[in-house]
Amino acid sequence: MSDEKHPHIVEYKNHLMILLLLIGFTVLTVAITSVELGPYNTAAAMLIATVKAVIVLLYFMHLKFDQKIYLVFTTIVILTFLAVVFVTFFDYLYR
Amino acid sequence: METTATRHTDMHRDDTAAKLGMWLFIFTEILLFGGLFIVYSVYRFRNPVAFHLAHEELSIPMGFINTVILLISSATVAISISAMQKSDRKMTMIMLSVTLLLALTFLVNKYFEWGAKFEHGMYPGSEVMQNLGHGDMLFFSLYFFMTGLHGVHIIVGMIILGAALYKVRTGAVNSKQYALLENGGLYWHLVDLIWIFLFPLFYLIH
Repeated sequence: MSDEKHPHIVEYKNHLMILLLLIGFTVLTVAITSVELGPYNTAAAMLIATVKAVIVLLYFMHLKFDQKIYLVFTTIVILTFLAVVFVTFFDYLYR
Repeated sequence: METTATRHTDMHRDDTAAKLGMWLFIFTEILLFGGLFIVYSVYRFRNPVAFHLAHEELSIPMGFINTVILLISSATVAISISAMQKSDRKMTMIMLSVTLLLALTFLVNKYFEWGAKFEHGMYPGSEVMQNLGHGDMLFFSLYFFMTGLHGVHIIVGMIILGAALYKVRTGAVNSKQYALLENGGLYWHLVDLIWIFLFPLFYLIH
């Protein structure tokens, strides 16, 4: 929050650690999708992508440190999107 | 008129509202790309073999390098905001410049990636594309549309961060007032966020 008297300042080295973690997950995704796991390949790739997205949202986009209202809004939007995904596939699978 | 004399004459500023506005815009972006991801998922669900074969035309190393470039650029933007909060103007400007350079590198890679496809006559509406099978055509149409739309977002992000860099230089953005930098940073992270899903979906289908 730029208008707060004491904004939460994330140290440079914490940003770099998050970066290394994200690159590590990217390497892991490429490694996992290069071995044969049948239908679990896509699931694993999507799971890792989701973990990466959550890390970006919480740390790089400051949702963890900011006022909680931003986190609440973001969660609602993501849940809404997932609901649409669920309904769409429910339709296609059982049509 | 005595009451009006004590009124503040400085500009009204509400950083919380500005940030909330940025987040609301980001939500519309998430739903825009989210809709495209649903279109992609449904077509892939209906054409699994064609999507698998078509993705082999894409270069995994190229996609991997671009992923790492975007991740690093996200970190440099985050560091530039931390630096601004610490009143380290020089560091802020260095980190923003590095971010812009990385963004440009991403676009250059994309230019070569798309250029190689164009040379083989693969571009939306081309004869080669129209003669492809249904599933292959869907894959490449979505590939061009989604990475293209993402590329447009990279260019917009570069303009916003370029404006932030200019204002840090002139002092209009400073350690007391850096909403533009912070919100520009949020936009840049969104661009990274979208690519985090684009990369496995288009390059790493198994």
